[in-house]
Amino acid sequence: MTVATGPAPGQESLGIEKVMTAGRAIETLVADGAHLAVGGCLYSRTPMALLMEVLRQRRTGLTLSRSLACYEAEMFLAVGAADTVETAWMGFGGRWGMASVMRERVEAGTATFNEYSHLGIAMRYRAGAMGVPFLPMRSMLGSDLVDRTDVTEMTCPITGERLIAVPAVQPDVALIHAHRGDAYGNVQIDGYLHMDFDIARAAKHVIVSVEDVIDHAEIMRHPDRTVIPHFAVDAVVPATHGSYPHELYGVHDANMDHFDDYAERVRRDGTAGVVAYVDEMVHGMADHAAFLDTFTVSEVDRSHDIVKDLL
Amino acid sequence: MTAWTTQELIAVSASRLLADDKVVFAGVGMPLVASVLAKRLHAPNLTIVLEGGIVGPRIRPGQLPVSTNEMRCAPDAAMLTDITDIFLLAQRGYYDYGFLGTAQVDQFGNINTSFIGHPDAPKVRLPGTGGANDIATSCNEVFIVTTHERRRFVETVDFVTSPGWLGGGDQRREAGLPLGGPSTVLTDLARFTFDPQSRRMVLTGLQPGVDVDTVQDNTGFEVICGEISELEPPKDRELSVVRAIDPDRAFTG
Repeated sequence: MTVATGPAPGQESLGIEKVMTAGRAIETLVADGAHLAVGGCLYSRTPMALLMEVLRQRRTGLTLSRSLACYEAEMFLAVGAADTVETAWMGFGGRWGMASVMRERVEAGTATFNEYSHLGIAMRYRAGAMGVPFLPMRSMLGSDLVDRTDVTEMTCPITGERLIAVPAVQPDVALIHAHRGDAYGNVQIDGYLHMDFDIARAAKHVIVSVEDVIDHAEIMRHPDRTVIPHFAVDAVVPATHGSYPHELYGVHDANMDHFDDYAERVRRDGTAGVVAYVDEMVHGMADHAAFLDTFTVSEVDRSHDIVKDLL
Repeated sequence: MTAWTTQELIAVSASRLLADDKVVFAGVGMPLVASVLAKRLHAPNLTIVLEGGIVGPRIRPGQLPVSTNEMRCAPDAAMLTDITDIFLLAQRGYYDYGFLGTAQVDQFGNINTSFIGHPDAPKVRLPGTGGANDIATSCNEVFIVTTHERRRFVETVDFVTSPGWLGGGDQRREAGLPLGGPSTVLTDLARFTFDPQSRRMVLTGLQPGVDVDTVQDNTGFEVICGEISELEPPKDRELSVVRAIDPDRAFTG
């Protein structure tokens, strides 16, 4: 970390520059037992470089929360890094099926899956982001989900209607992957935002990995594209392909062949298959760049082609 | 007559439920195939909304998304926003239709996608609600679409993940749910609607070549028959468009 030098006239600084490696960011900001809010959704814009670094540093007792959890949560459960997952849905979907490790551990009672409706998760983060203790919603009324989470039924003080009060969550750390940001932590995201607007505001600390670290002057040219202000951000981690093998809107597709390989390991060896994957792909790699080197250039290029077809 | 798969039959039947100029909250898989089919045939101005923050896309044939949060959901979209906004628009009452699949459904259209067995010691921990509870809560009209199996159509669901008409009668409104409720259950064997007073499922349609006994054999509660009509078989035109949308039969095989 370096302190920016004194401002020239008209060149005021936004304070501390926060560019650092994933290793440094996780080491200083993620403690054992922390609640980590994971950005992106399912296999889109997953902060893979940051998550793999958390695994690499062998944190334990974590709680993961996410809009919809994909196999990254399964990795955390399989190696014992996390024992609680809060989400609306946990699995993989399509031809890759269900999260069998989650099933095994939850059915055995060794892990907890706190299931909220999707708007329920959203309101937890938004209440945290707004700095209020709860938000009301109608989802989950009349369902059995109410009894298995910390939401509570309430009577509207204005109209007398029945509503669900969703308690705020302010996770210890939000992990987010974004398209670009400056050294101060002004962050821009293209395409759908998933729940990252809210988790960045709700969390006590925010680590953002970015495809590109850009000059503040470029941020100033398109400030309407900024979705996270610098004062909410603790660390900016340069990470090209930082969500790979998950997709990044407007940049590259998910690597579904890799998903096939992963799913095959799980089908064949269950939890042991996931542990072996983490040993090989996380602990066997010095950093995310080394992990990316296991993919061929043509494989990565192919994942970029879809953008031309679709957008 | 062209033969069709079970999923093609369901997709075609489901597409006919969607009228033009409406807004449909579509999940991936069969609901999206049905919505794209409707848009290409009789409902060109149908607006598709996807959970991943996507409003009004034109899904590319042969490029069906596997999740609601990926670029295959987004071609030609009118708006890209966030998941929270999508569900708040639902709660505000903007969505005419929602689709739900199910692991278990009971005679009042209550849906379980959370646990098989007791939730404290589940035999199977299912992946969870995703957006289903929110769709069941806030879409103005909900279609339950599933393959018809006795283990799915149960007397009592093990867990209410997504409320239908709860115990029937006025219970849904009394629980604080002002919008929606399931209107139709559509399967490869039959169509059910719900009695306007009791809110119990009533058999009102049979897929081609299916009789009432077959429906009862595959249903874990007593089937109540209303005025039953035979559902029109898929037309060649409908099948050819379904096959153009999903040429690899990823969702309609």
